[in-house]
Amino acid sequence: MSQNVLDRVKGQFTAGELLETGSQHGDEWARVRRDAWVTVATFLRDDPATKMEMFIDLTVVDRFSSEPRFDVVLHLYSVSLKHRVRLYAGAPEEDPSVDTLCPVWAGANWFEREAYDLYGVRFKGHPDLRRILMYPEFVGHPLRKDYPKEKRQPLVRRQPNSVD
Amino acid sequence: MDNTLAPPTRKVVLGIQEPSDFDAPELPTEPLPLNMGPSHPAMHGTVRMVLEVEGEKISSADVQIGYLHRCFEKESEYATWTQIFPYTDRLNYISPMLNNVGYAMAVEKLMGIAALIPERAQYIRVIVGEISRMTDHMTCLGASAMELGAFTPFLYMLKAREWLFELLEEVCGARLTVSYLRIGGCAWDLPVGFADKLRNILDRTKDVLVDVSKLLDRNRIFRDRLDGIGIITQADCLQYGITGPVGRSTGLAYDVRKDAPYLVYDRFDFDVPVGSLGDNFDRYAVRVEEIKQSMRILEQALDQIPAGPYVINDPRIILPPKSETYNSIEAMIAHFKIIMDGIHVPAGEVYSYSEAGNGELGFYLVSDGTGRPWKCRVRPPCFASTSILPKLLEGLFIADIVPTFGLINMIGGECDR
Repeated sequence: MSQNVLDRVKGQFTAGELLETGSQHGDEWARVRRDAWVTVATFLRDDPATKMEMFIDLTVVDRFSSEPRFDVVLHLYSVSLKHRVRLYAGAPEEDPSVDTLCPVWAGANWFEREAYDLYGVRFKGHPDLRRILMYPEFVGHPLRKDYPKEKRQPLVRRQPNSVD
Repeated sequence: MDNTLAPPTRKVVLGIQEPSDFDAPELPTEPLPLNMGPSHPAMHGTVRMVLEVEGEKISSADVQIGYLHRCFEKESEYATWTQIFPYTDRLNYISPMLNNVGYAMAVEKLMGIAALIPERAQYIRVIVGEISRMTDHMTCLGASAMELGAFTPFLYMLKAREWLFELLEEVCGARLTVSYLRIGGCAWDLPVGFADKLRNILDRTKDVLVDVSKLLDRNRIFRDRLDGIGIITQADCLQYGITGPVGRSTGLAYDVRKDAPYLVYDRFDFDVPVGSLGDNFDRYAVRVEEIKQSMRILEQALDQIPAGPYVINDPRIILPPKSETYNSIEAMIAHFKIIMDGIHVPAGEVYSYSEAGNGELGFYLVSDGTGRPWKCRVRPPCFASTSILPKLLEGLFIADIVPTFGLINMIGGECDR
């Protein structure tokens, strides 16, 4: 359906910026180098042949034990042309960061905060990178695969030798 | 009778001279931090707002969510694909069926069986989904009206919602924790006499809507609190990813049911209501109109629904019938494998989207080929709508928070997951 979006991106960016494209279950996707993350997203938004005006979703996948460990995943939709695309940008474990998309879509703000909160991926240039779902005192990033599901961090701690 | 009386003036009240014009210098104010929530009577849902006010005016707002975070994604990664249905019930808890529909469609897309779902099951999904959409909008409108002091419309709306909930209870045994859908179809068929009962309820609901609209549409107090307050533009919607009734109130006619028809939505004749200004009243009006459109869809679906199986016929996906399970070793093992190992979903990634009560409900699933998801991400529509609130509230009065927040319809279970 939106193969022409991928063709358009392939024609515009070199192999150094655009790493891989593909299609699965009717969803078109493209993997970009993280240096080109904002450039490709801005191009997709502004180009008259793609017109991906609407920000849909941003999240992270933790591909534990493969490289790069984190994939930042962006979903876009074109209201006028009715097509979608999914973008990936890999971020290695030792430096989990990509550039922020806030200047491109203001709505990326909360989605990036959530991705930072749950996966610990930092968004460079984000105006307000705080935790959003967890509380500020929380230690670690709960959706990482190496965060144990049973681990508890109660906000109100019982005193070690309290009697009740 | 003398009609030439001078118009009343309020220049002198009880001997106190009022200022001749309203240009009098304002009282000096200084910014005051004000905390609203997380538990506040005018907030449905649990959300905290840290406001900075100058007098009654909000100069900045920090909206803090997360008080209802219940680790949906983390829990899902440890559950089988079927066991996630109960978790999805609790996402948007006033339209749980729509979450069931969205999740079931996502898994079926990943398994490549979306085209094999029996037609009756698709119609059932449309019917229970549209009932849920009605209950969603009714709760939002009723609660918003109540917060503005109009208690009667709230009771009327909840009365109608109760009829629909009772009908859903007959279908699946629960009002909220429905878990009615399964991968491949539905858990059971619709009960006997369902169509007649639903038609009867729809007739009565039409009267309720007329009553509510008489109470609210031209109500001076209600209109003054909504008209022109909290304006969202189409550009905002694109920037923030706002869909659903909030997005359509701005005139952005994006409805997944029309733009990318799923299930059997392309067989129904219905309209997508849009607003023009994008203010609170448009959001109210769009939701009222959507209830009516849902009723149109329901009437057509009841006429068209075919007989036939309500679940896919594939022993790898559905449980064997109980009579088999208890009487043959093969069916017993099949039952055991599906319950314990889970349905095997091929490795891959998929983004599936459907129109929920608040807009585009997306599921982004990553499977590694086992019986449990590697990642099960929900794209909650009201998370996007809520994220515009800090910008929207700036410059409004404190009293405007109540209708603006109410009609955005932030649902804690969905926003915080």
